[in-house]
Amino acid sequence: MRQSNSYIIIYSAVLTIVCGGLLALAAEGLKDKQQANIELEQKKNILSTVMELKEGDNIEEIYNKRVKAFVIDFQGNVKEGMLAKDVAVASEYKKPREERLLPIYEFRSDSGKIEFVSLPVYGYGLWNNIWGYVALTADLNTIQGVKFQHAGETPGLGARIESDGTVQGRYKGKKVFENGEVVSVVMQKGEGKDYSNDAHSVDGMSGATLTGKGVNNMLKDYFACYKNYLTKNQTASN
Amino acid sequence: MSAEVAEVKVEKAEPLFSKKNKKLFTNPLDIDNPVTVQVLGVCSSLAVTTQMKPAFVMSIGLTIVTACSNVVISALRNTIPSRIRIIVQLAIVSLWVILVDQILKAYVYDVSKQLSVFVGLIITNCIVMGRLEAFAMGNKPWPSFIDGIGNGVGYGLILMTLAFVRELFGAGSLFGFKVWESMGLHYQGNGLMLLPAGACILLGVIIWVQRSINGYRESH
Repeated sequence: MRQSNSYIIIYSAVLTIVCGGLLALAAEGLKDKQQANIELEQKKNILSTVMELKEGDNIEEIYNKRVKAFVIDFQGNVKEGMLAKDVAVASEYKKPREERLLPIYEFRSDSGKIEFVSLPVYGYGLWNNIWGYVALTADLNTIQGVKFQHAGETPGLGARIESDGTVQGRYKGKKVFENGEVVSVVMQKGEGKDYSNDAHSVDGMSGATLTGKGVNNMLKDYFACYKNYLTKNQTASN
Repeated sequence: MSAEVAEVKVEKAEPLFSKKNKKLFTNPLDIDNPVTVQVLGVCSSLAVTTQMKPAFVMSIGLTIVTACSNVVISALRNTIPSRIRIIVQLAIVSLWVILVDQILKAYVYDVSKQLSVFVGLIITNCIVMGRLEAFAMGNKPWPSFIDGIGNGVGYGLILMTLAFVRELFGAGSLFGFKVWESMGLHYQGNGLMLLPAGACILLGVIIWVQRSINGYRESH
């Protein structure tokens, strides 16, 4: 009987239902906790573009005190009533540039002055999606810091955009605009050259030129998205 | 796969921690170690041992998965149709692995991020499937449970040994605690220790040391 076809079919059906049911229960039961972890991680990433975080820092507290998040559209108008955390950058990325909703995270000093703005960016590397945050200083042109992450770049090569702090450090002080036009920052081919006099280039990653291209496209794409907002507020503050 | 774990016949009145059951636990720690003797699960033992914390969590994860899957498969062993037994085993293993993964994501998020794909890869870890096929399919749940724990701990021992050396000499710390610096020494980390190649060499050394102590010889 144990070898009959119907026994096998029924057995596997029951097994599937039981396993599936258990997994659904677990996923549903742990969802809130996992979501909270993901949000905390995101806050940590946003903060780390502009400040050094130490172990044991209360991320939640610093974030709530310093960061003001809001959503804008392509024209640079603030979308009232929308929360930045409800905007999924990954799915906005698939829309045409003009239709994307764009979150912005503003850092304020204790006196309420805007110190930095952090912009989420999203793109495609060599193998899979890459994403991150780019923080600009108050002039909305100079890069303060970047934080890149990836889903599947080659470890030791393209994955350095996330794992190697010096690669991310190369972006500090570079400029996004030139005479009101987006020039972006371009990672060059080859590694070990000095680009400290070039405001729009950074040293490349040896063996990871294609990941570098992905990063370049991502930055150019998103600076173009944020251009209207940034230029509008640049003139306002000058 | 080890041939020596033939069916263990459990007597009715056998105490929970009989000699035979204790052997099930202690054998995989040394003379039947899944990593150094059976040479299974090498991939993950090279990949997750740069630091002690992920190695520790991985060991616990694998121990839980092996023990729990062993119990479930052992309890079901008389109902499983032999033609689809591997699929059934795989389904049970996957169930436990995903549960472990979900729990890690909910309670130790940073560790789960570090382990990333390796938790998922427990499914393909030969130790788990090996124990199910070689032991749980022919034994009662309790001995199977002990066998699972024993093999998990045996795997964990090797992982922790590797991670201890790699973290101490690669990064100069243990569980993130800067050992050398706390003694007032400046330590330049050894890059080889952080690479999988370094781990492979180290694992070879461990196997050598262990075999020269217990006199194990490969039978041809």
